[in-house]
Amino acid sequence: MTPRALVLSARGPNRDGELAAALELAGAETDIRLVSELRERGDDWSGYQLVAVPGGFSHGDALGAGRLLGLDLAGWFGDRLAAHVERGRPVIGICNGFQALVRAGMLPGADDGPALLAHNDSGRFECRWVELLPQPGSPWTSRLDEPIRCPVAHGEGRWVGPSDRVAFRYADHKGDPAGGAYPANPNGSADDIAGVFDPTGLVLGLMPHPEDHVLTRHDPHRRRRPWSGSCLPLFEGGVAHAAAT
Amino acid sequence: MPHRLVIANRSGPGRGDHLVSAARASGHAVRDIEVLDVVHVDGPVDDDGLARLGELLLTDALHELVEADRVDDGQLVIETGLRPGVTDVTATELVAAAARLGISGVERATTGHRYLVDADDGLAAERLTVDVLVNPVIERWAEGVLAPAFVDEPPRPPEVAHVAVRDLDDEALEALDRERGLSLAPAELRAVRAHFADLGRDPTDAELETIAQTWSEHCCHKTFRARITFDDGTVVDGLIPMLRDATEQLDRDWVVSAFDGDAGVIVLDDDVEIAVKVETHNHPSAVEPFGGANTGVGGVVRDVIASGAKPIALTDVLCFGPTDLPVDEVPPGVLHPARVRAGVVDGVGDYGNKIGVPTIAGAVLHDPGYTTTPLVFCGCIGVRPRGTGIDVPPESGDLVVVLGGAVGRDGVGGATFSSRSMGAETVGTAGSSVQIGAPIVEKGVIDVVVAARDAGWYRSITDCGAGGLSSAVGELAEGVGADVDLDLVPRKYAGLAPWEVWLSEAQERVVCAVPDDHVEALAALAADHGVGCDVIGRFGGDGRLLVRAGSTVVVDLDLGFLHDGRPRAVLAARHPATARPTRRALPELDPERALLDLLAHPSLRSVEDVVRTYDHEVLGGTVVRPTTGVHLDAPSDGTVVVPLGSTSGRAVAVGVGVNAAWGRHDARAMAEAVVDEAVRNVVAVGADPARVALLDNFSWGNPRDEIELGRLVAAVEGCVTASLHHEAPFICGKDSLNNVYVDPDGLADPVPPTLVVTAVGVVDDVDRVVGSDPTGAGRLLYLLGGAEPVLGGSHLDLVLDADHGGRIPVADPDAPAHYRRLHQAIARGLVDACHDLSEGGIATAAAEMAVGGDVGIEVDVADHGDAVAALFGEACGRLLLAVRPEQAEDLSAALPEARLVGRTTDDRRVALSVDGHQLVDLSLDAVRAAREGRQP
Repeated sequence: MTPRALVLSARGPNRDGELAAALELAGAETDIRLVSELRERGDDWSGYQLVAVPGGFSHGDALGAGRLLGLDLAGWFGDRLAAHVERGRPVIGICNGFQALVRAGMLPGADDGPALLAHNDSGRFECRWVELLPQPGSPWTSRLDEPIRCPVAHGEGRWVGPSDRVAFRYADHKGDPAGGAYPANPNGSADDIAGVFDPTGLVLGLMPHPEDHVLTRHDPHRRRRPWSGSCLPLFEGGVAHAAAT
Repeated sequence: MPHRLVIANRSGPGRGDHLVSAARASGHAVRDIEVLDVVHVDGPVDDDGLARLGELLLTDALHELVEADRVDDGQLVIETGLRPGVTDVTATELVAAAARLGISGVERATTGHRYLVDADDGLAAERLTVDVLVNPVIERWAEGVLAPAFVDEPPRPPEVAHVAVRDLDDEALEALDRERGLSLAPAELRAVRAHFADLGRDPTDAELETIAQTWSEHCCHKTFRARITFDDGTVVDGLIPMLRDATEQLDRDWVVSAFDGDAGVIVLDDDVEIAVKVETHNHPSAVEPFGGANTGVGGVVRDVIASGAKPIALTDVLCFGPTDLPVDEVPPGVLHPARVRAGVVDGVGDYGNKIGVPTIAGAVLHDPGYTTTPLVFCGCIGVRPRGTGIDVPPESGDLVVVLGGAVGRDGVGGATFSSRSMGAETVGTAGSSVQIGAPIVEKGVIDVVVAARDAGWYRSITDCGAGGLSSAVGELAEGVGADVDLDLVPRKYAGLAPWEVWLSEAQERVVCAVPDDHVEALAALAADHGVGCDVIGRFGGDGRLLVRAGSTVVVDLDLGFLHDGRPRAVLAARHPATARPTRRALPELDPERALLDLLAHPSLRSVEDVVRTYDHEVLGGTVVRPTTGVHLDAPSDGTVVVPLGSTSGRAVAVGVGVNAAWGRHDARAMAEAVVDEAVRNVVAVGADPARVALLDNFSWGNPRDEIELGRLVAAVEGCVTASLHHEAPFICGKDSLNNVYVDPDGLADPVPPTLVVTAVGVVDDVDRVVGSDPTGAGRLLYLLGGAEPVLGGSHLDLVLDADHGGRIPVADPDAPAHYRRLHQAIARGLVDACHDLSEGGIATAAAEMAVGGDVGIEVDVADHGDAVAALFGEACGRLLLAVRPEQAEDLSAALPEARLVGRTTDDRRVALSVDGHQLVDLSLDAVRAAREGRQP
């Protein structure tokens, strides 16, 4: 059966469309819904096997990226999200979605102490392609056996927090960890951390945008060499796991 | 008494580093600046509420509340805040979030900064603050603690003043025009006087302002519609009709809408149309660079959504003075070019990034001519379903609905402001004419309008921009009439006069005509997106524009007079001379040094520091990026996007043509050349030259200067000639005139005549696009285009501060045929890479291809009697193609006029020769370093 995915949008997220498209390409059916509307209508969304929180600028990033959406997620849907994960169902938060999941307390984990995605070391918003080394331990990375490539586009992406459940590390062109060197590590994250898992491995948060590299034509180097570094297997891993729940 | 909260970053002072650099660049001896955030909340919030506010909304793992008055010995303390009424998105979100979290009593808030400055004794606090920390146009400041300021005025009864115009003689009318800043011409003032004399009454203040806004250069393009008479008796019967006639003559069946409505529209494929618009936002960006550029993007995006299209890409062309201009050479009342550039780039990026539309194409030009009059051209491309209605008028009985935010005194008089010249005093007085955007609100407006379009909930829509409701409602009501009650318009604060509500240019609003049946659904949709949706009146009546504040009549105007009553302007022009001075004797040129200087020039060097701050990937449709190559560090000619979900395989290519130098020499040839450049740029990435549409944006000086106007006419004639030549129709245009700085002695300094041509082309097969970067060594290089390169008005002259004399490039009659054959070669997969030759000639183009491909390059070109011109000269219609050797025969057959001039190599050197004599031999590293402004 085709699993159903909920893309949780709000005021300001803007990569909801391409995130839904990537999940569909990976085999899911998707609905893009506004958190305000879900709250207002009080719909039951326990039928969704996968929840995705897209990138963008929720509430204009006022008072810190993802803070206000994170408070809404925790306050309005904290129980539902916890129940969703308890049923073994996957969650992904990308960029602003990652920031919101951290602010909501879903990442890195309840016992991990404070964590934050702080301003980039450069002090600037930065959009560039990066290489990512996937780490095992989650359905999301189960189908990734080589580095993936995709763009980052953020001003607040420097991971400040524990580094015991790393999902992705920024890497150089040779596939080695960036070692903090700019621009391979675009924001100065400690330990080159680009993404983390929660203790179950079901919840993934990452700053880069895998949804922007799931087609050949997304690849800036496609004229130069065979297509490589596709992020589609990331979504396929999550969707396949969701299908089994 | 508002509560004051001060927030510090635990990780220390690093946030002030760029301020320290900026302060030192302005000559202030500053050691360190620590930046703290200050929030004031006002209202009956209790201690528990304040504590929760601090915990949930203001502090986190890195940020803590601190004692407000902590100061180290010897530190200078400066606090800043926005002027009352200036858009403060953070404060608005804070108040809303407090309510959602159940923290009661937070009625309003302000945000600001506290700067702790370590400096030597004798630091001039005021100079430092104004140079680096605030822009007084939108911000207040104090040494020490700055008390918060809110707009605190009592509500006032709707008062309407009448302005006596009937009894004024011509001289007194003109004095009234100056006093009220109406920017109306004498003949227009007389028409207003006659109209109200006929009515037997004087106009209200709001009526007079409505007329001034509607008749402003900004809103109705009176120069471009004027009848122009030359001193030799030649008559030009309107510039817009000239461009429109050329488009009608070309009669392309894929043009859906040209010079009509808010944007130009062409067909992409069986299902999708492309709407495109480019706007200028020059004056606001000169006085408040961030806010001006910010709202420039917001405005052009609303033009596109008001055409029923969903934005998919943004463009920006920015023209600044030299960023290394010595501080003491900055003219009075002018911001330093480095500050203008930083603010504008931030403003463009902030808006585009936050509405989630990729900024994919543009240019950054630096020329001394733009120091006093920087230029900002913002463009937007959108998609909509085939057959979306265009300019459907409201029907009598439709509701007047405003989507978006509330109004304040924002930008009251912006259209007339932007139609005036800038002066030394402008920065100090322009306050209310400049606004800050709220992209988060615009994002909601986009989503609501696109969903409402698909549901068919509105009949007509227009942007609420310059002139506010007066222009928007006035425009929609033409031929129908409207009755509006200003009491129904939501306000940011009390105390606004009716005319201020009517004229407010509060951003992020559109006006729709909505049938009664749909208003409830539209309101529910808007509520889900957190977007205001207010019914303020009804279209219809007897064709009049009736505006009330409750029962008080504020405006009662005949719409026929408002839209057709303006006497057509008659302007005088003279033909500008195009003769060039004979060349000056030049020092011996070192070709290698010249190439490195060209590559390092701010207009040619790497723009990564700009484009990387723009999200050019969002929406997942970017196929050719602003930068390309192995390290994505070489410039692309055009860029290409695919609408999300498109299945036809077709894509949209965008290219820009602009040149700061040529317009001063020969406006006609300049126009022809920049059209050629724009077309060439989209063809170079794979667009079909038979399906390229053009947009014109003129930024010019004073049209009442007869020579300036003569240049403008020549440029428009050049556009028409080039449009017919390339069979590429113009579909939309916008002019910005009176870009003149008047110094304290009354001397006028007009902007260099600047024409930005944007080309939008259709790519048939997104998998067959090419880049400017060769994909490896061993590629053969072909030069297409036989026009002779010249040095008149060249970039080499700008870099050398020289004048080689001679003419500027002229159109190549063979270019359209070359582009057609090149396109076929690209479509057949015969072209590995393709780069346009522009500023700096073949030398810079070859160097950029080497950087993109991360390969060496060898080029040997024929001498045209001047080896310097052969390398660095500029000409129309030229491109360098990289071709795989095994495809060389096919390429030569397809493009017999392309001449083999070199190849890519694996020795990582850039070697350039003329007639076999090597003049340049540089390492790729040296070339790359020059482009990045660093030592190799």
